[in-house]
Amino acid sequence: MDKFTIKNMNLYYGDFHALKNVELNMQEKRITAFIGPSGCGKSTLLKSLNRMNDLVEGCKITGDIKLNGEDIYGSMDVNILRKRVGMVFQKANPFPMSVYDNIAFGPRTHGIKNKRELDRIVEETLRDAAIWDELKDRLKKSALGLSGGQQQRLCIARALAVKPEVLLMDEATSALDPVSTGKIEELCLRLKDKYTIIMVTHNMQQALRISDKTAFFLLGEMIEYNDTDLIFSSPQDKRTEEYITGRFG
Amino acid sequence: MRLNRIKEMAMQGVFLLTAITSIAAVVLICIFLFYNGVPAITEIGFLNFVGGQKWAPTNVPASYGILNMIIGSIYVTAGAVVVGVPIGVLTAVFLARFCPAPLYKVLKPATELLAGIPSIVYGFFGLMVIVPFIREHFGGGSSLLAASFVLGIMILPTIIGVSESAIRAVPESYYEGALALGATRERSVFKAILPASKSGILAGVVLGTGRAIGETMAVILIAGNQVQIPSSLTDGVRTLTANIVLEMGYSTGLHRQALIATGVVLFVFILIITLSMQAIKSRSEKYG
Ligand SMILES: Nc1ncnc2c1ncn2[C@@H]1O[C@H](COP(=O)(O)OP(=O)(O)OP(=O)(O)O)[C@@H](O)[C@H]1O
Ligand SMILES: [Mg+2]
Repeated sequence: MDKFTIKNMNLYYGDFHALKNVELNMQEKRITAFIGPSGCGKSTLLKSLNRMNDLVEGCKITGDIKLNGEDIYGSMDVNILRKRVGMVFQKANPFPMSVYDNIAFGPRTHGIKNKRELDRIVEETLRDAAIWDELKDRLKKSALGLSGGQQQRLCIARALAVKPEVLLMDEATSALDPVSTGKIEELCLRLKDKYTIIMVTHNMQQALRISDKTAFFLLGEMIEYNDTDLIFSSPQDKRTEEYITGRFG
Repeated sequence: MRLNRIKEMAMQGVFLLTAITSIAAVVLICIFLFYNGVPAITEIGFLNFVGGQKWAPTNVPASYGILNMIIGSIYVTAGAVVVGVPIGVLTAVFLARFCPAPLYKVLKPATELLAGIPSIVYGFFGLMVIVPFIREHFGGGSSLLAASFVLGIMILPTIIGVSESAIRAVPESYYEGALALGATRERSVFKAILPASKSGILAGVVLGTGRAIGETMAVILIAGNQVQIPSSLTDGVRTLTANIVLEMGYSTGLHRQALIATGVVLFVFILIITLSMQAIKSRSEKYG
């Protein structure tokens, strides 16, 4: 089933035409990877999916983006959309508060006040994100004291705590060491049983290792979209081939 | 070559001299205050001085207890904080996060202008507007309430300025992180950005407190200046600063020294405030 359907979508930053006629369907409970050279619009497209682009002044979007068939730029409440479509940023951004309060931030935002309920959610999401064992004795400590990798996994847990349907990850491992990266990749593979994951990555190996589908972008256009193994084994477009074989970008 | 070297040394000398000037000023003021004030405190007796409730320097025998004024200063300052902090912090939030650019161009200079108004003008304003208003609606007039209100306004520019820069210094990623969880703009600002800037805001509050406790002219005009511990908001109150200014002109001997000693007490308050300011700063440097 398709989670997101994008039709004839164009995005402008002022006069700059950043995304051109994008057509893309992303399947539920799969990992979709966006690849392409720097500046081709991967982050822009990702941020359109939870409307973080609304923050950018002069950003204009035409065309359709539908979540479960519902237009996300229509009457849908943007805060509800962002609850349903969580996001993990390139640079881990835990709030300067305790681990517990970081996880509880989302549920509290959406009206959960009961302490027992929050305790339960915190434990459950930390287990879900596979850092319960590392953090269970540090729940009251500041999240800023964690290692970079732990911070990023905490941010994933924080996003999961509001029970999203989709998780957007923008180069979430690019600032991390290989071991932390490996942990997050493992985590993604486990999470796709429950969540739809859409990720941007500059790491071809990563796309190949964990994604089901890959979309290749170039200069604001989506060049090719297919099963990941097909994209990497037999790319249809010459530009895709040049990029993945490293002769480009 | 040699000429350059001499020039360089001369410049360094100038810098050193200017730096020493300000330090010397502080040291000299300290020496003057303590040299003139401390003997009076020993003569009166430390506890009689700061703990005494009776201030009657012209009586025979005279008594020099400044507890009422100490409490007066604390009350008035606390009142100013109660009035000024919520308004100041919310204004800073508005300026930093919600204010449309055209409005900002007007509002920001206006808050800065507030800092430039001489305190005697605040005093006049209090006397002509606030005091009559209080007299009409609550009874009393010149009072703790009037002083708190006017001082609360006077410390606004300090609190707004410092808090606004503290709020602006918070990384945008916290704001985006909160929005991405489905928080509204307001919630993201108040629950993610504001907590992250709390040590900066606290610094602004402490700085404002220092300004309030040292304020003199405006307070004299509107506080009533009765030597008493006020039992209600509409009672008059005398601060340490007011005590000094009101009596310095005609005082002699121990009375005069006791007033300088009052200055010493004030100085200690300011010292405590400055030190807590330093503590907040070094803490925030450590924990971001
Ligand atoms: N806020 C903005 N205002 C104006 N132009 C922007 C803005 N954000 C991005 N752009 C432009 O849009 C294009 C796409 O940017 P985007 O960040 O989506 O690229 P990207 O594919 O994510 O690149 P990278 O791999 O370096 O992260 C770039 O040319 C960029 O300069
Ligand atoms: Mg990007």
